Amino acid sequence: MRTEIFLLIASILSIGLGGLTLFRTNLLLVLMGMEFLFFGINLNFAIYSISLDDLMGQLFFLYILTVAGAESGVGLAILVSYYRLRGEIWLDLINKLKG
Amino acid sequence: MILSFLFLTGVTGLMVLGIGRWLGEKGSIFFTLGGVWLTFFWNFFYLFPKALEKKVFLLEGPVWFQANGLEVRWTFCLDSLTILMLVVIVGISSLVHTYSIDYMKGDPHLPRFLAYLSLFTFFMTLLVSSANFLQLFVGWEGVGLCSYLLINFWFTRKQANKSGLKAMVVNRVGDIGLMLAFCLIYWKYKSLDFSVIFLMTPYMEGIPFWFGFTYLEVVAFLLLVGAVGKSAQLGLHMWLPDAMEGPTPVSALIHAATMVTAGVFLVVRCSALFESVPSVLRLVALLGGLTAFFAASTGLFQNDFKKVIAYSTCSQLGYMFLACGLSSYDGAMFHLFTHAFFKALLFLGAGGVIHSFLDEQDLRKMGGLSHYLPFTYTSIFIGSISLMGFPFLAGFYSKEWILEVVASQSFDPFYLFLYGLGVLSAFFTSFYSIRLIYLAFLSLPRSNQVYYRSVHEVPFFMGIPFFLLMICSISVGYLFKDLLIGLGTDFWNYSIHINYTNYRGVEAEFLPYWMKLIPLFFALSGAFVSYLIQSPLSMYFLFWLKEKGYGLVLFLNQKWFFDSIVNYVVRFHLKEGYSSTFKALDRGAFEWFGPTGLSRLVYWFSEKVTMLQSGYLYHYLGGMLFGVVGLIFFSLFSADESFLLVGLMVWVLWISIEER
Repeated sequence: MRTEIFLLIASILSIGLGGLTLFRTNLLLVLMGMEFLFFGINLNFAIYSISLDDLMGQLFFLYILTVAGAESGVGLAILVSYYRLRGEIWLDLINKLKG
Repeated sequence: MILSFLFLTGVTGLMVLGIGRWLGEKGSIFFTLGGVWLTFFWNFFYLFPKALEKKVFLLEGPVWFQANGLEVRWTFCLDSLTILMLVVIVGISSLVHTYSIDYMKGDPHLPRFLAYLSLFTFFMTLLVSSANFLQLFVGWEGVGLCSYLLINFWFTRKQANKSGLKAMVVNRVGDIGLMLAFCLIYWKYKSLDFSVIFLMTPYMEGIPFWFGFTYLEVVAFLLLVGAVGKSAQLGLHMWLPDAMEGPTPVSALIHAATMVTAGVFLVVRCSALFESVPSVLRLVALLGGLTAFFAASTGLFQNDFKKVIAYSTCSQLGYMFLACGLSSYDGAMFHLFTHAFFKALLFLGAGGVIHSFLDEQDLRKMGGLSHYLPFTYTSIFIGSISLMGFPFLAGFYSKEWILEVVASQSFDPFYLFLYGLGVLSAFFTSFYSIRLIYLAFLSLPRSNQVYYRSVHEVPFFMGIPFFLLMICSISVGYLFKDLLIGLGTDFWNYSIHINYTNYRGVEAEFLPYWMKLIPLFFALSGAFVSYLIQSPLSMYFLFWLKEKGYGLVLFLNQKWFFDSIVNYVVRFHLKEGYSSTFKALDRGAFEWFGPTGLSRLVYWFSEKVTMLQSGYLYHYLGGMLFGVVGLIFFSLFSADESFLLVGLMVWVLWISIEER
């Protein structure tokens, strides 16, 4: 049972990481990859809080959930304003981060 | 106190070199001339009497460097030899400084010129006053540098550049010899101090070395190579006539009176060493005699005003070497002393002529100048007859003495041969001197009216050195003969060492009277013949020249084809050296693994690293991811494995960047 759960979490995390690094089409997809990461970790916390019988994990679950919600709100806001500014959210064109 | 005066010219020279642009013409003249004249007065009125009182100053300075038992100090030894050299050097130098005020008037680089002259004086002071070989070498290289800079003073002229380089390169040959001599000396003596070396020399006799030569023979030969390079003796003389590309005061100071005598000074300074090697002394004498003859014969048909005098310098240096080779070091020093005055006078006079004659140097385009430049004519005339050895002028005493010393050994065919060379050189000397005077001053004018319109007598500051040097050229031989070469004089005070078996003064003094007159006879007949074929018999001479003498005159005019032969021989070796040591090593391997390779590596690497900052979001995210994974590796595995894994990751990242 634990192995399956571990594999599930690992696959969710990998999907998130892969989405972050490999998607080159859309900023929205990157945000979604980030959400995947968050929820992979959250799931990790929740499951281990049950199996270790420790309430701390569930507390962290709630905490991270809040932060992730706020963060994705900010990310979507940036996305929307970026779209207004450039009319484009294609990631290959977002290359002004050279400083 | 003593040291401060020794360094004064160096300080003023460096100062004017640094801030001369802001000091301006007057300021730099004030500082350099002040420095050099003060030093001269101090030398003449303080040091020279001390030399007469037979005082020797030995000033021990701080340690320069220390390497495994070799301790080199800044040591200054002021004995009578050094003090005599100092008086000559700084005296001529101060006159030349004064002369340069008017000669270089209006030149925008006057401060630089004066600064170089002062620096040269300083390095020459360092050379003659040092008490060990390495410090001498500092001065030796310093004067070489100043010579290069001053030959090259008008650096926009290609010929000046070439001549400067030639002087530098030919001098390197001699310097290599000198360096090898230092190495060999340190090998056995374990010291570079003169005091140690000259004391220990008798114990070094007979140590076998290469190919049946003894150790001392090799050392003395290598020292001789250095002296030959600096003093422009036969074989390494090519740079001296070419050095005449520099301004004329430079020729007077460096290439006639002082720097070229550094080789003679070295031989005289190392007299204690040379006295132990009779074979090398014979070589010195042979070289000197051949140089005197070669240079005098080459000077016969030169057409450049300054080159005639340059070959004359070369020839007189040959006389000094000849005297050294016969262990008559005092005779060499006496000739050096008198020669400095009349040769400086000749060069300064040549400068006066060239200055007033629109920088024309070709003797064939002059003539009749005695009416326009009586003062310059007088000075060149006095310098020339002093050089010829006209009775009771300066050159007479010194040159006669050298030839008498050689004559005293004429029972030996070798020395008889050298005596013949010396006497013939005296003949040639008079010949070219009178030819110079006749062509420039006495013959009919042969140049454009434009030139004669510009002719003017020398200005005030150029006239003063003429006047003083004329007095010196006339009187200095008579005044100093007994002091410097008189029988049993104790002026030298052990600063030069003559083996009692080699002392030829007595024999020279008691030569038969008619033998003493031989050089004088040849000198006067040379002058007479020269005048004859220039003036009354000139038609016959020209006829002879056209029909029969063409080859001979061409041979002499082209300097015995020495430059061509050396070019032909040396070219291949230079090419080889250029392609192997220079191109393959210096500019090749050392450059590639050294500075250039390193800078290129940094440039290449930084270029690659800047490609990491691409501006794309996913690259940054990938970087973060890899960083996190690397951190996890470090926390999970040992350091070695982690480095391996992280290196692998970096490599993968690298490849992905490369592909872009």
